[in-house]
Amino acid sequence: MSGKPSSTPAWLASPRARELAYLVGLAAAGALLPLVVYPTLAMKILYFGLFACAYNLLFGYLGLLAFGHAAFFGLASYVCAHLVTVVGLTPELGILAGTAAAAALGAVIGWLAIKRTGLYFAMITLALAQVVYFYLVQAPWSMGEDGIQTGPRGKLFGVISLADNTSMYVVTLVIFLAGFAIVNRAVNSPFGEVLTAIRDNEPRAVSLGYDTRRFKLLAFTLSAAISGLAGATKAIVLQLANLGDVHFSMSGEVLLAVLIGGIGTALGPIVGAAVLMTMFDALAKTGAWVQAIQGALFVGFVLLLRSGVVGTLSGLFARKTR
Amino acid sequence: MTSSAGIILEASGLSKQFGGFTAVRGLDLTVHRGTVHALIGPNGAGKTTVFNLLTKVLPPTRGRIVFKGRDITGLGPWDVARLGMVRSFQISAVFGRKSARDNVRMALQRPTGVSYRFWMSSAWLDRLNDQAEALLDQVGLSDAADVPAAELPYGRKRALEIATTLALDPELLMLDEPMAGLGQEDIARITELIRTVAKSRTVLMVEHNLSVVETLSDTITVLMHGQQLAAGRYADIANNPAVIDAYMGTGHD
Repeated sequence: MSGKPSSTPAWLASPRARELAYLVGLAAAGALLPLVVYPTLAMKILYFGLFACAYNLLFGYLGLLAFGHAAFFGLASYVCAHLVTVVGLTPELGILAGTAAAAALGAVIGWLAIKRTGLYFAMITLALAQVVYFYLVQAPWSMGEDGIQTGPRGKLFGVISLADNTSMYVVTLVIFLAGFAIVNRAVNSPFGEVLTAIRDNEPRAVSLGYDTRRFKLLAFTLSAAISGLAGATKAIVLQLANLGDVHFSMSGEVLLAVLIGGIGTALGPIVGAAVLMTMFDALAKTGAWVQAIQGALFVGFVLLLRSGVVGTLSGLFARKTR
Repeated sequence: MTSSAGIILEASGLSKQFGGFTAVRGLDLTVHRGTVHALIGPNGAGKTTVFNLLTKVLPPTRGRIVFKGRDITGLGPWDVARLGMVRSFQISAVFGRKSARDNVRMALQRPTGVSYRFWMSSAWLDRLNDQAEALLDQVGLSDAADVPAAELPYGRKRALEIATTLALDPELLMLDEPMAGLGQEDIARITELIRTVAKSRTVLMVEHNLSVVETLSDTITVLMHGQQLAAGRYADIANNPAVIDAYMGTGHD
């Protein structure tokens, strides 16, 4: 057995080169996306893709199945919408505040949840996310069933108007690329090496002297923060924070996006998000059928395409070039 | 702390209860620096529990553990690893999806102190490659550096596990049944490997293979029902009637 048993071409072998290639490729794809789908759908794909990347950090690379990420996405959406509407913050400050709120909530929920693994971990994250949901149903500032309508999108840095979809799209794309770069770097960092080591064999990681609880907590908080970045961006893009953002079905959808695209792949979550958002958009008029198709997709991918679209494709490619 | 210089690990009055079941009962154990110490005993004697207590994977119900003159009873398993007590596992423990080189690198990475830097490129870790490959060479795995650990045959996984453990340069090597599941040829190789690494270290191992125990160990502690049945050199132990009874059973005369 000589040489690397992988399909990666030589120029892509270094992690830095791969990171750059992903970023350039995604920037190019992002520039072309509005030519294919209408702007609002394109922006939905971007913020939901970022949400899925954040979720994948935990699920794909650390191997922890969380079922409450809607709490981070939704809380950030509400905090951002509230501050922009009531306090009159500029959009970028609203987004930062929403992200910070999600990170803080992530640190608390993470601290409570990482003491358990497997099904118990999933149940605890679900339960705590439901607490956040019911809080937002009841709290006076979150406007109950109506949600928070932000009105006009405001001006970025108080200068650049986001009223037209082109400038909003550019801003969303920049946020998406920045968030993706953070997640992708975290995965390809010394920290990321520890996460995949914990995923592969936690007792062994402990025996080498890694305090795995701390690594899990940091990964959880990071994942929550980027989920919040996505949620806060959503509030600005759609000028709305509503209960759908914190509902547990949102936690299910982000899991589904990662499953469709490919667990533990860099681009899989984005592909999954694009498939899911486009499908929701196309089937919006069919009502309940969306849910049925969503369920069928879930079952299909779990049974037949375990490694998702991206995982399967790169597997096929690797076999051909070996 | 008034621990004599010759003692690296000392447990006193160590007990562990699981509900109503007492797995370890008031065990005193002293491991001397620079020796190979074997822990043997029939199935269910509590060997693995003792191992997990000493490495702090399990908290003891009672008793005290002192490592290098320091009370470690209240520490976490990662802490004792950092202090220089590193364990291996009964079922070969490797990071399956990482290459053999990256497995060893995980151990080399820990003391560098960069492990929380999620903003730093893992390209930084390439500086550890030479050291990792030297360790792989030491256990005869230099040809497998790029192979994912999960694809290695069992004996080579064991060798990889030892290389990873050695990467931390532990003062006390804790081996939990290093020969479990190995064929004759591999047993000879791993025995030789342990003999080599034990020259500059202390080794405490749990092992079922008595000929390996005879070959390698300076001191042996025999456990039975979670208590010490006998302790001493192999020759003394082998002639101890209580030990013969424990291994042969008491039903014959």
